[in-house]
Amino acid sequence: MNSTFRALLGATALCAVGGAAAAQDPVTLTIATVNNGDMIRMQSLTQDFTDKNPNIALEWVTLEENILRERVTTDIATNGGQYDVLTIGTYEVPIWARQGWLTPLDDLPAEYDVDDLVPAVREALSVDGTLYAAPFYAESAMVMYRTDLAEAAGVTIPDNPTWTDIKAAAEAMTDKENEVYGICLRGKPGWGENMAFLTAMANSYGARWFDTDWNPQFDSPEWNEALTDYLTLMNEYGPPGASSNGFNENLSLFQQGKCGMWIDATVAASFVTDPEDSTVADSVGFAQFPNKEGVDNHGNWLWAWNLAIPASSQKQDAAKTFVAWATSKEYTDMVAEAEGWRAAPPGTRTSLYENPEYQEAAPFAAMTLNSINAADTQKSSVQDIPYTGGQFVAIPEFQGIGTMVGQTFSAALAGQMSAEDALASAQSATAREMARAGYPK
Amino acid sequence: MARAVSSRAKVGYTVAAWIVALLIFFPILYTIITSLKSEQEAIAGFDLIPSFTLESFRAVQTQNDYWKPFTNSVILSLGSTLLALIVAIPAAWAMAFSPTKRTKDILMWMLSTKMMPAVAVLVPIYLIFLRTGLMDTRIGLTVMLMLINLPIVVWMLYTYFREIPGEILEAARMDGATLRDEIVHVLTPMAVPGIASTLLLNVILAWNEAFWTIQLTTTNAAPLSAFIASFSSPQGLFWAKLSAASVLAIAPILILGWFSQKQLVRGLTFGAVK
Repeated sequence: MNSTFRALLGATALCAVGGAAAAQDPVTLTIATVNNGDMIRMQSLTQDFTDKNPNIALEWVTLEENILRERVTTDIATNGGQYDVLTIGTYEVPIWARQGWLTPLDDLPAEYDVDDLVPAVREALSVDGTLYAAPFYAESAMVMYRTDLAEAAGVTIPDNPTWTDIKAAAEAMTDKENEVYGICLRGKPGWGENMAFLTAMANSYGARWFDTDWNPQFDSPEWNEALTDYLTLMNEYGPPGASSNGFNENLSLFQQGKCGMWIDATVAASFVTDPEDSTVADSVGFAQFPNKEGVDNHGNWLWAWNLAIPASSQKQDAAKTFVAWATSKEYTDMVAEAEGWRAAPPGTRTSLYENPEYQEAAPFAAMTLNSINAADTQKSSVQDIPYTGGQFVAIPEFQGIGTMVGQTFSAALAGQMSAEDALASAQSATAREMARAGYPK
Repeated sequence: MARAVSSRAKVGYTVAAWIVALLIFFPILYTIITSLKSEQEAIAGFDLIPSFTLESFRAVQTQNDYWKPFTNSVILSLGSTLLALIVAIPAAWAMAFSPTKRTKDILMWMLSTKMMPAVAVLVPIYLIFLRTGLMDTRIGLTVMLMLINLPIVVWMLYTYFREIPGEILEAARMDGATLRDEIVHVLTPMAVPGIASTLLLNVILAWNEAFWTIQLTTTNAAPLSAFIASFSSPQGLFWAKLSAASVLAIAPILILGWFSQKQLVRGLTFGAVK
């Protein structure tokens, strides 16, 4: 009797707790994000989310990328719980997931349709088959070129160009007297700037960052060939002062009609074809990232901005609801309705690319999806490698090493040293840093 | 005998001073110019003549409300400065007028805390803020900024107080002034120029502080330093917007500095020439 009573009491208490949870106390989610066009747009569309989830309020913290990384790292490492949703890149996801800093997203609702995520992107955000972040925008890299200039110069750029094709086209389109340069490429130092491009280019030449024992490979003939060709292209057909050009600078040059070709992130396609900003909007063609003859590798560039939930968040359920909303198909439809299909966040969902309205509005859709799906982030080089990552090496030390090597290569582009000296310097500096970090591990 | 300065040398000095001043001011000037350009102009290259568009300012205001971080900046910089003065005036008084053998050591030790890189104590302070619920609160940050700038405030006040003859304080004591009277009614009024310049300098330091104000805030207590940081972007054009945000953030302190430059200069050179 007594025990039955106690059991009943317990059950009542449980019901009370359950009832309270069902009524859902209001929670405020703090979302840390970078200042990125798609994220700013998301902030303006959150009304829909708060209408559907009246008990969840949203607070946004926008920070510069490096500050955000620093801030979030401190918070996660101290289990601070200041943030409930984070915007992080493909570089951090596998590293942070392995540290146990991110909540696995293996129980997203069925209507989220996780199988609709573009396979290459999903793979890049998973560790041992478990998804740790939801992508809201993804990109690879491709060639963007001026169809009018190519025609005038009498060259055709095939859909799958080789570097020889690119060089020939760059030569034919260059008209320095009229400030038209055959090719614009990144030269500004940084692991996410020139090294993103150069790592992808080196991949497509069959080079690799490290051998299976983590020895740097800048002394290999493949790196030498890739860097030498890069310098030749830029010195002979590139714009002046290219060693300080990053994504934004090249975007501006291309939009002003000063570049014949530009090989960069696929997301640029929507900017260069936007008649409001671009003077060349109606004459842009697209082709796959080039490869060297005989090397079956198109650079393997893959980047995504993702929403992840730190393990330290106290509001996991509400955070998951938000992440699922912000990266859902319905969200894409909502953006399309509000701002047109061109503005839909690209690269994350197969269904978007099957949508005829999107294909109509975005002439770059097919090439973007091709490029993303061609990217293999698990094995970015044709040679054997111990690391993952496409245009970067997914180890914590890469930010520092990549930027250091980027400075050397940028100096070579500026004419301060030869390709051989730059490679030798990159080789010794990388070997030193890797030894200091305790590799091979 | 006073040394006559030839007029040619005078012109030379004036020109040199102008060149130095322009060099120092140029980055701020160019930020202001860039903020009045469109994004396309901003990235197009060096150009001193903007199109005087206000679109960046409009974009900045719609994307992120300016007044909340502005209010936070005002509260944090004024609050931390007043708090610092309340603590530092008695401390500097004690060290200036009743020095002991250890006074110099204490002063050096206080200054030495400024030599440590802030990031070295980030994790402990972060944890203290978390545990005590001070994270992202104005009160927590006010105390933090006060502590950071305290060594400088004590040092500056100490230097000014040393210029005041101790006999005056003795005379006040003879007339029956209590310790409190002595500090509040005798010492402080005499040291007003020094205190004023310390106050101004400290407000500027607190206003510009960009490490702790970003690390220890998320949304509620974030001041203008965090406001600027939110306008840098990994992709897309943002220079004009970033410049506009910077102009909005530095304008109040620039104006304050402009109006108080006399006090600032007087305070900073006070006691420098004997």
